[in-house]
Amino acid sequence: MRTLRRNWPFHLMVLPALLFLIVFNYVPMAGITMAFMDYKPWLGFSKSPWIGLDHFRALFEREDSIQVIWNTFIIAVLKIIFNLVVPFTFAILLNEVRKRFLNRSIQTLVYLPHFLSWVILGGILVNFLSTDGGFVNRMLGYIGLGPVFFLGDGNWFRFTVVVSEVWKEFGYSTIVFLAALAGINPALYEAAEVDGASRWKQTRYITIPSLMPIAVVVGTLSLGNILNAGFDQIFNLYNSLVMDKGDIIDTFVYRTAIIEGDFGFATAVGLFKSVISMILIVISYRLAYRWANYRVF
Amino acid sequence: MYHKTTPYRIFSVFNTTFLLILALACIIPLIHVFAVSFSAKSAADANIVGLWPVNFTVEAYKKTINNPIFLGSLWIAAKRTIIGTFVILFVASLAAYALSKEKEQFKGRSVYAWVFVFTMIFNGGLVPFYIVIQKLHLMDSFWVLVLPGAVNVWLTILLMNFFRGIPKELEEAAMIDGASQFGILFRIFLPLSLPALATLGLFAMVWHWNSWFDGLIYISHKEDYPLATYLQTVIITRDFSSLSFSQAEFDLLSQKTLNSAQIFIGALPILIVYPFLQKFFVKGLVIGSVKE
Repeated sequence: MRTLRRNWPFHLMVLPALLFLIVFNYVPMAGITMAFMDYKPWLGFSKSPWIGLDHFRALFEREDSIQVIWNTFIIAVLKIIFNLVVPFTFAILLNEVRKRFLNRSIQTLVYLPHFLSWVILGGILVNFLSTDGGFVNRMLGYIGLGPVFFLGDGNWFRFTVVVSEVWKEFGYSTIVFLAALAGINPALYEAAEVDGASRWKQTRYITIPSLMPIAVVVGTLSLGNILNAGFDQIFNLYNSLVMDKGDIIDTFVYRTAIIEGDFGFATAVGLFKSVISMILIVISYRLAYRWANYRVF
Repeated sequence: MYHKTTPYRIFSVFNTTFLLILALACIIPLIHVFAVSFSAKSAADANIVGLWPVNFTVEAYKKTINNPIFLGSLWIAAKRTIIGTFVILFVASLAAYALSKEKEQFKGRSVYAWVFVFTMIFNGGLVPFYIVIQKLHLMDSFWVLVLPGAVNVWLTILLMNFFRGIPKELEEAAMIDGASQFGILFRIFLPLSLPALATLGLFAMVWHWNSWFDGLIYISHKEDYPLATYLQTVIITRDFSSLSFSQAEFDLLSQKTLNSAQIFIGALPILIVYPFLQKFFVKGLVIGSVKE
């Protein structure tokens, strides 16, 4: 009681956020019971019949849902790999641009796409990549290639999704590596210099090892995204031609729920994703803590 | 000195050129859209526009800003961005201050912290959320664009870490002078945190401006869409019912130029705040990564 008397301002300060979290995060969590129901909107939660694990059985038996899980996985894994390797390399190369003005200008340009939404970028890319005289296919035409159906062929679609994601995010993902580069002790380079090490040797034996811990953290933490193939992007780029290779869990849930009205099954698919992601996030944070002493709190 | 060696100089030239090309590749699509939006219909439809307008015209912009639904959605987007950002900062400041206290000072801090963090790693998914929104009668309301996003746990953590960097002595001195915790937050911590609040505010603004999915599923009338949702339906799903053309206009305008103009207007606020954003966000990421 005494602590409450002293602490009430703190409790009061947390209260607004807590209320919002309860209403918009915790109450919906209770709604995952729908995944175990044959939910009918007109029957509601109390009267809809329980059906146990039927939705989950369907999830692993229906061909479309298996395909969707696979698509999600493959797209997400490719994104994770390239969004680690490209920024890592880019940061090291950018570090060699010594002219301050050039260095800053390059940074300014590459960070920009991160802040534009996939609605804007989707609208741009659909036009930019179109086979009907789109900018890229016109350029390919000049050198005698194409046309390439970037958004109209399943395999090209996956390629386009991964490349455009990396294009949008690599600059922003570089920041953390640039910060790590700035933190390397200059004495290391000076000593290497005295020993006559070439710049490549300095990179190989000082820069890359110094960046490894942060790369491990970034890589580990991205494990939680292994079923996150990027709803906003896919939703704004996909079409009926690439459904088989390009449909992912989140877009599948959206269509199943909002368009087809199959609430129970959609919730089950969503829950499958949430649970796997949660487990991976917990594991990855534990690993990041153990390997690199990384903590959020 | 490796800087002076010939191989390094050759590498340096190639490297700089390569990175410049890469950097240009990041904005070329945007420049292209800009060029198309100011080009004549004939040029746009013949696909001869590259990175510079062909037969410069502002017809597409004229049509766009005379479209009442576009203007309405622009207004709603501005409203949600301003109100939404204010709500996020207000809720986050209060919570971040309390959570920035040590366990010894604020018993229950860890419980709250876990309640906050758990929402980052697990969620109920689309359908239960949709039903909650329905039950709260938030469907088709402006507030559905603001309230569900009121707590941004990530920004709260960043702010909390920033508060932790403020010397404890300030708080202790204020307490001796009889200040309440609210007084300390509003008169000492928040004024000291203005740069951090500006950074987080810009992030919140970008997030609100770019949000489109909430408008798409919780709002049924096009007149009530925020700009991002409006653009999504017009440009991505190609729903042109909100536009009416006269024959004269039809001759002047093409879908391409019109879409490009709307896309460019949608991106413009981001491009305007971007220089400020860039100045801050490197710092912002650093705030977030410094522990204890």
